[in-house]
Amino acid sequence: MRRWTGIVAASCAALAVVVGLAACGGDDGESGTTGGGDVSELTVYSGRSEDLVAPLFERFTDETGIELSVRYGDTAEMAATVVEEGDRSPADVFFGQDGGALGSLEAEGLLAPLPEDTLSPVPAAFRSPDGRWVGTSGRVRVLGYDTRVLDEADLPASVFDLTDERWSGRVGWAPTNASFIAFVTAMRAEVGDEVTETWLRDMQANGAVAFERNGVLRDAIANGEVEVGLLNHYYIAQARAELADPDSYPVGTHYFPGGDVGSLINVAGAGVITATDKQEAAEQLIAYLLSPESQEFFVEETKEYPVVEGIDGPAGLPPLSSIEQPDINLNELSDLRGTLALIEQAGIL
Amino acid sequence: MSTAAPTTPARDARASRWRRGHSGEFTPLAVLAALIGAAVALPAVYLFIVVGGDWDVAVDAVWRERTLWLLVRSLGLAGAVAVGATTLAVPLAWLTVRSDLPGRRVWAVLVLLPFVVPSYIGAYLLVSALGPRGVIVREVLAPLGIDSIPSIYGFWGAAAVLTAFTYPLVLLPVRAALRRMDPSLEEAARGMGAGQLRVARTVVLPQLVPAIGAGALLAVLYAMSDFGAVSILRYDSFTRVIYQNYRLSFERAGAAALGVVLILVMVILIVIEGRMRRRAGYHRNAPGVAKPAAPVPLGAWRYPAFAFCAAVVGLTLVLPLGVLVYWASRTAGTTVDWGEFGQAALNSIVTAALAAGIALVAAVPIARLGARYPGRASRGIEAAHHAGYALPHLVVALALVFLGIRLVPWAYQSLGMAVFALVVIYVPLAIGALRASMLQVSPSLEDAARGMGRGSLGVLVTITAPLVRPGVFAAATLVYIGAIKELPAMLLLAPTGYDTLATMIWGETSRSVFEAAALPSLVLLAVSAPVLALLVGRER
Repeated sequence: MRRWTGIVAASCAALAVVVGLAACGGDDGESGTTGGGDVSELTVYSGRSEDLVAPLFERFTDETGIELSVRYGDTAEMAATVVEEGDRSPADVFFGQDGGALGSLEAEGLLAPLPEDTLSPVPAAFRSPDGRWVGTSGRVRVLGYDTRVLDEADLPASVFDLTDERWSGRVGWAPTNASFIAFVTAMRAEVGDEVTETWLRDMQANGAVAFERNGVLRDAIANGEVEVGLLNHYYIAQARAELADPDSYPVGTHYFPGGDVGSLINVAGAGVITATDKQEAAEQLIAYLLSPESQEFFVEETKEYPVVEGIDGPAGLPPLSSIEQPDINLNELSDLRGTLALIEQAGIL
Repeated sequence: MSTAAPTTPARDARASRWRRGHSGEFTPLAVLAALIGAAVALPAVYLFIVVGGDWDVAVDAVWRERTLWLLVRSLGLAGAVAVGATTLAVPLAWLTVRSDLPGRRVWAVLVLLPFVVPSYIGAYLLVSALGPRGVIVREVLAPLGIDSIPSIYGFWGAAAVLTAFTYPLVLLPVRAALRRMDPSLEEAARGMGAGQLRVARTVVLPQLVPAIGAGALLAVLYAMSDFGAVSILRYDSFTRVIYQNYRLSFERAGAAALGVVLILVMVILIVIEGRMRRRAGYHRNAPGVAKPAAPVPLGAWRYPAFAFCAAVVGLTLVLPLGVLVYWASRTAGTTVDWGEFGQAALNSIVTAALAAGIALVAAVPIARLGARYPGRASRGIEAAHHAGYALPHLVVALALVFLGIRLVPWAYQSLGMAVFALVVIYVPLAIGALRASMLQVSPSLEDAARGMGRGSLGVLVTITAPLVRPGVFAAATLVYIGAIKELPAMLLLAPTGYDTLATMIWGETSRSVFEAAALPSLVLLAVSAPVLALLVGRER
């Protein structure tokens, strides 16, 4: 008996500590009522960084009185979290950096359909066919280039030209990045799996340098480590905006002309989680993200393109309408697993 | 005639069996350890559930040429890290504990400090310094006419960087072992005419094997489960497939199956480490107390020793710190929200301290079981304790999301759950240090106390505990520092808005504004380093 008492007592004490900790910050009960009506708080999972979108959320709260409890994280990891949580997820809205994550949530049946009047200002190319998620801002795939070494005239007209010998060892890419995966998926939709795989293998054979992130790739171009790189337009625009003299920044932006798949437009987007009991308020937030002031916010702060018609694009960059798009819409970009398998097969990943 | 000779394995096994039958402690201890093991092995439960739910996809993800090739690559890296970490740790431990190296107390702290640097930050800093266009190449070597250095990317760079930040895992247990070691064995050997080197090889080193094994196991498991550093250093590893499955193709079952593979690897490694431990006893059998060892005079060897320590500290500590300070100075003009910093720092410290305390308590049963009653049962339970540490932390976090929201929804996204995750991941850091310390306490002391009527818990508290104090502090320190660096578990499981320094750093790096990450990184180092200094300082 004696030998057990001590152990049992210690275990109880430990358990008490853990339970006490669990009480700190766990589900403090529902704040705000169910359904529509007077909702006072929404839970948002955001793959977009706090520095960037917190002001936007604050504005929403000021205007509507709805408090936002925002969880920031990596878009894909947040999406994986929602999948693990399933229909018990405490999240009401998911706000992600790329369509892939939203598409996967949709495929798992975790996104609720959005009302038509929220969706209508956004072109069909920038939202899901079932209307379960909507793009909130656009990012164009571009070729960043070192302006100290190359002129616009030296640059290829098509992303397929980068496998040419003259680009050997001079090209950088970020193949583990979600927007690259989306781009390759678009390529598959446009020209088929075989051509895509050939392009991937040729790029690899041509000495394409892999970077783990677009931001690192952009810095490498600025450093002179590579001369050109495939990334999203706003990385360069943002870096320029940080400088007193933007034109002194050594990385230029080249848009592939003529609807080349190299100029694919991706979107960051948002959706309402099916598990929510605050549907109306959640839809209000999504509508707010598509409002003119939010769209202008994205243009100003992140140099992204607006998805709603009638708003001007970022200063100094060609307007969205002038960027010829490949003839695909985002619905065709849902086969991420197939793309990943192809990229692995090509020996890139 | 006092015998300070080590016992033989056979004698030890007999003693162990006798003790098992007669002390009455074994069964409750084993049950308690098993329960704790089951709790911290919860991520494995998640893996089996997910794999079971989608068997075909799971098998397909594993049974692929690429997967198996990447497993080999990871094992190779882990092996190199184990060798590298041991090669650095053992001499450094000996120099700072046993020799008369000038300034050894300062060195003792400095050589442990690389452990406070998170490997994803450390890797990035070393690339910034030693990469092809790194600071060192541009500012220091180019003026000297050296245009390029061997690439930091790839296998050797990854092995070197991971070694740099994990060798303290071997260093701490070896230090503790050296301090508790009975010098009379060495004196006896020297008295019989053995030279310094021979004594080191035949008397000291064998006694260090359990400590080295424990530390190397942790370093290897870390190298197998790390993703941040290997991705920055562009080394294709097994964890890359796991992360791809979760983050690019959203393939849970595939990722979970790969996690199961890591668990299997871990079990094999535990078995191997157990074999390394199954050697002569390490406690003093003679009456009396071991006197502290006199510092070994280095003589002319002092200069190479000094150079060695300086080189290690320079590359693993000074260089990364230098880059951080350089970046921090570049953000000097920007506004800093010190309130936010302070809150994040406080959160980090509190969370890590809680995790350290709880992990320490959780580690005691299995440490004692492993020390006193080694055998298949203890090794199996120990494997369970290592499940969280062997897996990439993202997997552990997702596992606890899955199980947490279903089993304890009221505790979901609470501080308790985050601390639990930290304990699940880092408890092995406590086990090794505690057990190695316990191994050096003579069981006859405990048996005597028990013979005089004290209960098992009483013996533990009044006899064993004071003697294993160095191990206790080492264990708590290791868990504290591991936990304060933690990222994925905090991002997914801590209460919303509960910022730690690690999540702040991540926030900056995720926007590719790496300089802005410098200040929180420095603060992180500042709240971790003193703990290590304290650990070393309280010795002697």
